[in-house]
Amino acid sequence: MNLIDFLFLVFATLAVGGGLLMIFSRHPVSAAMFMIISMVSVAGLFVLLESFFLAILQVLVYAGAVMVLFLFIIMLLDVGPEGSKSSKIKLLSGLAGVVCFGILMVFSLILVLNSYPECSSCAVWPTLDDNNLVLGQSLVFSTSVKSFGFGLFSKYMLPIQVAGFLLLAAMVGVIILSKKFVREGNPS
Amino acid sequence: MELWNSLELWQIVAIKVIFALMMIGAVMTMAGYSVLAERKVSAWMQGRVGPNRTVLPFIEHIPVIGPFLKGLGVFQPLADGLKFLFKEEIVPGHVNKLYYYLAPIIALVPALTTMTVLPFGEFFTEAGDRIPLMLADLEVGILFILAVSSLGVYGIVLAGWSSNSKYPFLGGIRSSAQMISYELAMGLSLLPIFLWVSKPGIDVAALSLVEIVHSQDQSMWLVFVQPLSALIFMIALFAETNRLPFDMPESETDLVGGFHTEYGSFKFGIFFVAEYAHIVIGSAIFTTIFLGGWHFLPWMADPWPSTWIGSILGVVWFLTKTIGLIFFFIWVRWTLPRFRYDQVMSLGWTKLLPLALANLLFYVILVTWLDQPAS
Repeated sequence: MNLIDFLFLVFATLAVGGGLLMIFSRHPVSAAMFMIISMVSVAGLFVLLESFFLAILQVLVYAGAVMVLFLFIIMLLDVGPEGSKSSKIKLLSGLAGVVCFGILMVFSLILVLNSYPECSSCAVWPTLDDNNLVLGQSLVFSTSVKSFGFGLFSKYMLPIQVAGFLLLAAMVGVIILSKKFVREGNPS
Repeated sequence: MELWNSLELWQIVAIKVIFALMMIGAVMTMAGYSVLAERKVSAWMQGRVGPNRTVLPFIEHIPVIGPFLKGLGVFQPLADGLKFLFKEEIVPGHVNKLYYYLAPIIALVPALTTMTVLPFGEFFTEAGDRIPLMLADLEVGILFILAVSSLGVYGIVLAGWSSNSKYPFLGGIRSSAQMISYELAMGLSLLPIFLWVSKPGIDVAALSLVEIVHSQDQSMWLVFVQPLSALIFMIALFAETNRLPFDMPESETDLVGGFHTEYGSFKFGIFFVAEYAHIVIGSAIFTTIFLGGWHFLPWMADPWPSTWIGSILGVVWFLTKTIGLIFFFIWVRWTLPRFRYDQVMSLGWTKLLPLALANLLFYVILVTWLDQPAS
């Protein structure tokens, strides 16, 4: 077992274990902390794949921004450890969890078993140059930042615009929902 | 590099660990002496003397040098550190123990992790190549710094929450809101820099700090090219390091001690050192991005030779700029009054963020216009 395998095992254990502990911990703050551990471990897995950009985005967006807001809200609402739920809800959520896990396993097994290397003679890390990027319809696999940008602004231009528009709509919606309009002459 | 490949794995790991420990030692020393600088500079600004009593027994008897060092308070950080170590550890009964102990560590670790991607000098090989001096040359160095420093807020939030009392909690809530607000402006102020540096036709690794420094070699420093970006970045840096005029989390006049009210002895010491480590690293980052890194002066070639002497002089010059910026941090703290909390928020969201967006748009248009092929 070399270093990479060992690190993979460490990060994978942390990611899965953190995820499980997040579900099973009773205190919301502990759950949030375990979720952070899980997300940072996934970033570690990205680093092992030499995909530094994805790893950093994972930390920057999820651990650095989303979870801070989560923690902020948990603390503001002062949610304590929950009491035990009714057994009916527990049974239902347990069943749902088992079914989801089963579906996930089936699909990932199908994916793993059906996958085969597209060409065995290709270099593992194809070099990125303008010819490679423009020639084919499919983008060359690469982990450099430049190829992310190129992909987003050429092949995936429409999806990124749509996503941006959706985010804008969500933002406007939040502003309208959270802002209380007081009618003149009729203060309520 | 042949040397590098001939090494065993454990040797490479050992060398990396030694380098990392050296770097931690350097930054922590600078953080300790920043505390002394803060006390001395504030004393001078207020017409006081500042720490001038601590001295090691045998140094006291050296003529001239002994009293001079004593007067400067050079040994004060040592005494402060020992004091933090030997004080009684008091843990209040109402705290959440696990997170109470975890919080200072979480506050310090991101501050020290950011320095792995910080270039502080360069080394000239026999063949004339320039190898940057840094722990890890990451292609996305600046993003790494932004990501890791955004984790630092957890230390403060957890400290405020686990203390389980009013004032620390208010401090924690304020700081998380403040840090999230100013992170946006900070990130946006850096985008125009990278637009400017990665010109078309120049094959730079787009987000690398080394390339930023190289782009300022014998040309304008980026602080002159983009003064507004530098200003926004500086203000956001003050807010992110919780320095006055933005020290909302610990404004002692309305929150007792802020998030670390319930902390004492060494755990408080770690928070204290973490704040100064943030300042040291922040100053170094500002030097790297806006003040030309280890290069001499704008438009001038480095006056030192391309040998090991040049490397050392470059590092010394980099440190000089960094220490100048640390002095600026202290200077601002003892000059400006503190903002009110609502003023901090409105400055961040209604002034700094739109300004950063406008700045970005301006440089997008400018760079597009400059890049037009002359037809």
